[in-house]
Parts: sequence; structure tokens; C-alpha cells
Amino acid sequence: MTQWRALLQPHRIVLMAIFTGLVIWCAFALRWDWVPQYAPLAVEGLWRTIWILILTSVLGFMLAIPLGLAQAVGPWYLSAPAKLFCTIIRGTPLLLQIWLLYYGLGSLFPQIPWIRGSELWPYLRQAWPYAVLALTLSYAGYEGEVMRGAFSSVNRGQLEAANAFGMPRFTMFRRIWLPQAIRNVLPTLGGETILQLKATPLVATITVVEIYSVSSRVRADTFIVYEPLLLLAVFYMMIAGLITLLFRRFEEQVPKR
Amino acid sequence: MAMSEPAASDTQSDGDDAEAIRVEDLHKSFGSLEVLKGVSLTAHKGDVVAIIGGSGSGKSTFLRCINFLETPSSGRIVVNGEEIQMRADGSPVNRRQIERVRTRLGMVFQAFNLWTHRTLLENVIEVPVHVLKVPKDRAIKRAKELLERVGLGDRGDTFPSFLSGGQQQRAAIARALAVDPSVMLFDEPTSALDPELVGEVLTVIRDLAAEGRTMLLVTHEMKFAREVATHVVYLFEGRIEEQGPPAELFGNPKSARLKQFLKTVG
Repeated sequence: MTQWRALLQPHRIVLMAIFTGLVIWCAFALRWDWVPQYAPLAVEGLWRTIWILILTSVLGFMLAIPLGLAQAVGPWYLSAPAKLFCTIIRGTPLLLQIWLLYYGLGSLFPQIPWIRGSELWPYLRQAWPYAVLALTLSYAGYEGEVMRGAFSSVNRGQLEAANAFGMPRFTMFRRIWLPQAIRNVLPTLGGETILQLKATPLVATITVVEIYSVSSRVRADTFIVYEPLLLLAVFYMMIAGLITLLFRRFEEQVPKR
Repeated sequence: MAMSEPAASDTQSDGDDAEAIRVEDLHKSFGSLEVLKGVSLTAHKGDVVAIIGGSGSGKSTFLRCINFLETPSSGRIVVNGEEIQMRADGSPVNRRQIERVRTRLGMVFQAFNLWTHRTLLENVIEVPVHVLKVPKDRAIKRAKELLERVGLGDRGDTFPSFLSGGQQQRAAIARALAVDPSVMLFDEPTSALDPELVGEVLTVIRDLAAEGRTMLLVTHEMKFAREVATHVVYLFEGRIEEQGPPAELFGNPKSARLKQFLKTVG
């Protein structure tokens, strides 16, 4: 109740009125008659954006754990390649990485007979595996650096206690070190995942039909420019909002004082 | 080397004179700095050995060498009759052996070191369930008893950061008790506590001493050491300067350094 009352202050009421007016104006003054025709394609695109985001974030994070660990405590022959990988990924544009993988690997593979003959070929001749690979490596590169800091930031006493009770190394990693490292960087990871969401439109450049490319299609077919872009912005904001909520739930698992 | 009479209130009937820990000629260097210069100590079942000394005397390092949190430079360590196999440079031969021995030594730290991402109950069952493979329901039952015992029976679902230092240290003692240790190692358990919280932790340790638990206790609380210890060891610059029963050591110190030390700590 008190939360709602806080909304009922004069300046907030004015702002809410302006916003509502804008939404109503958009609904009536702009053209939305194209929506029904493109709705099925939009749903398909939205779904593709979401699964690409989830798949690449999860795979990328799984790669980021060893990358971070190698840099934090690994011997030089593991930490040096990990560091090099993160530096290259973070130092070059994602668009370039996507194109290099798609046009590079994508044109190399058809020349290799055993790849053409393999069971994976039906997938490798499509565009999305290259999009998933590029986005996964990108997320791994950035998060590998985040996890390096995360692993180093875990209090030594926490690990010492695990050691003192005879916890085997892998158990200690799984039960103490990794959960604490992740918890320390959860806010960062949430932000990075939203950045990952906003990187997904780049895969439209290699013919993957996700939600951004649907809005381009509408523009190309109908010459309607703003309405699809506005709707697109709303979609991205909703997904970003969901990501924020999800990470807030994760953070609440361990209450902070 | 150190002989001591068994605790008067010993309840562990299976051989009061059985050896719990024997350390022989322990050396430890950090680079060129030699912190321990040949320390030998034997604790029998039921002994409460208090280790005192000024800062930098090596008392914490000594305790941490026993469970290999620090790797000794040389010496012999025997826990419950099992000698820890060491290479010439003191590094352990077999990590498995170290892990096994460590599960028999319940350690309590100066800074508590409770796992901050788990509740008190989860802290106490962590090692029994995930290292000793005790069935979870049994571990929980036992953990609740232990938390009850240290006066935290109603705090099982609380995270450590919501508790006072004294409460955290009592929970850490419950965590150490949960592995049913044959020897408990206390590394300055009250040094990080506000003065008014020291008493509640000492009360718990005193109860453990009274029931005949074997303990090695590094402490600055001289009155407490005198009261609960069966044997007191005074370390000075990495060597045992003097040792004996508390009444003798505190009442009639022989070494000039110990006299001086007791004067400065009051």
C-alpha cells in the first residue's frame, strides 16, 4: 500500500499522465495495420532472439569459468592462452568476429570433403551455428575476464576453512569457491547479459532471422519505418526487464546485510 | 616430549594415555625467515594444551602446520598414530592422506571463516554431508543438536553476516564439532572478538574441555589458559622456552623471558 502511495506525488502523476498520453497517441496516430500480417514472423524472430541469448550466455559462461580460473590461479601455459583469448575477443568488434567466422569458416568447410559428408553438415550449411559460436565466444571472452576477478576476490579464509576440514579440491571448488565467486559478480553478470541481448541484432547481418531482422523486413516491404522500430524497442526492454528480475532473484538467494 | 596428567574430568574411557598428536622437531621457514626452530609436542587423549607466546613467536604457524595449512619445512607429525608422510622438503607425499587426517582435526579460526553463502545449519552439515558422506537427515539432526549446544538452536536458518562475532565463533565451533574430531585446534578463537563477546565463546570451549575433548589452543587469554589447560607451552622465537602444568608455569615461571611475558600480558 505504502509503495502505491509513493507513486501518487504530484510530479509523478504528471509524468505518468504524459507517458500515458504518449502511448495513446502512438496507438492511434501511428500505423499498426501491418502487425497482424507480420505477427507470426515476429513471434518466430522473438523466440529465436531469446534462445540465441540463453544458449550463448549459458555456453559462454561455461567457457568463462575455466578461462577465469586459468587466469586467476593457473600455470603460465594455461593463463597465457586464456589471457590472449580474452584480449583478442575484447579487442575486436563483435561484428568482425561474426563475419570472420561466417564468411571464413563458412566458406572453408564446404571445401573439406569429410565435413561435407558428416552428419553435422545439414547444420553447418546454415547460418545460425556461426552466430551462436561467435556470440558464445564473445560472452566467454568478456566473462572470462570478469570471472578472473571473481575467483581472486573470494576471501582466502573461506577456502582455508574448506581445506582445514579435508575437503577435496573439486568439492571445494564446486561447493565454496565457485558459488562465492559467482555471487560476488552477479550484478556485473546481469548487466553483461543485457549487453549480450543487445548484441544479438548483429547476427541479422549473416541472415539469421531474429526479431531485429523482422523489423527490417517490415520496413523493406511496407516503407513503414518508426512503428516497427518502436515495437522492437519495447520488446528489447521487456526482455532486459526479465533478465534484471531473474538476476535479482539470484541475488536474493543470499541476503545481504 | 611433553608429558601431562590426563584431565581430571576425562570422560573418554578408551585410554587416557593414548597419543592423540605427536610433533617432533618441527621446522618452518618462510623464505630466509625461520619461524619454527624445532618444536616437539605430544598431546594425549583428553589433554588440553594451551600454546602461549608473544606475537611472532610462531604459535599460530605451529598450529597451522599440524593440519598442513602451512607446509612444514621438516619434522614429523603423527596424528592418532598415523604419521603424515612428508618429502625431504616437508611437502606432503599424498594429498589424500592429508585430507583424511584433516577430517579428524576440527579447526576453529580467529576470523571464524564461516562460509558466508550458507546458513548456519548448512555450514554445520557441509563437511559431514559433502566430505564424510553422512546421510543428510542424520547430519541435519546432529547439526541441530550441536547448534542447540552452543546456544544457537534458533539460528539455524540465519546467514553468518547477520550474527555477532561471538555467535559466529560459536557456530564455527559447532561446525568443527560436527566432524566428531579426535583433536580440536583453536587458533586464537577470541582474538577477533569485542571484549564483551569473549566470555560466551570461552564458556563453550570450557564445556568442551570439561567433557574431555582433546584440544590444542593458541590463545592470548592467560586466565583462561590457566583455568582449562592441562598443559601449557610457552613459545619464544620459534622454540619452546618453557612448558609444564599451568599452576607451575603461571605460578612459578623459571625462564626470565616467560616472567617478562607474563608481566606484559598482565
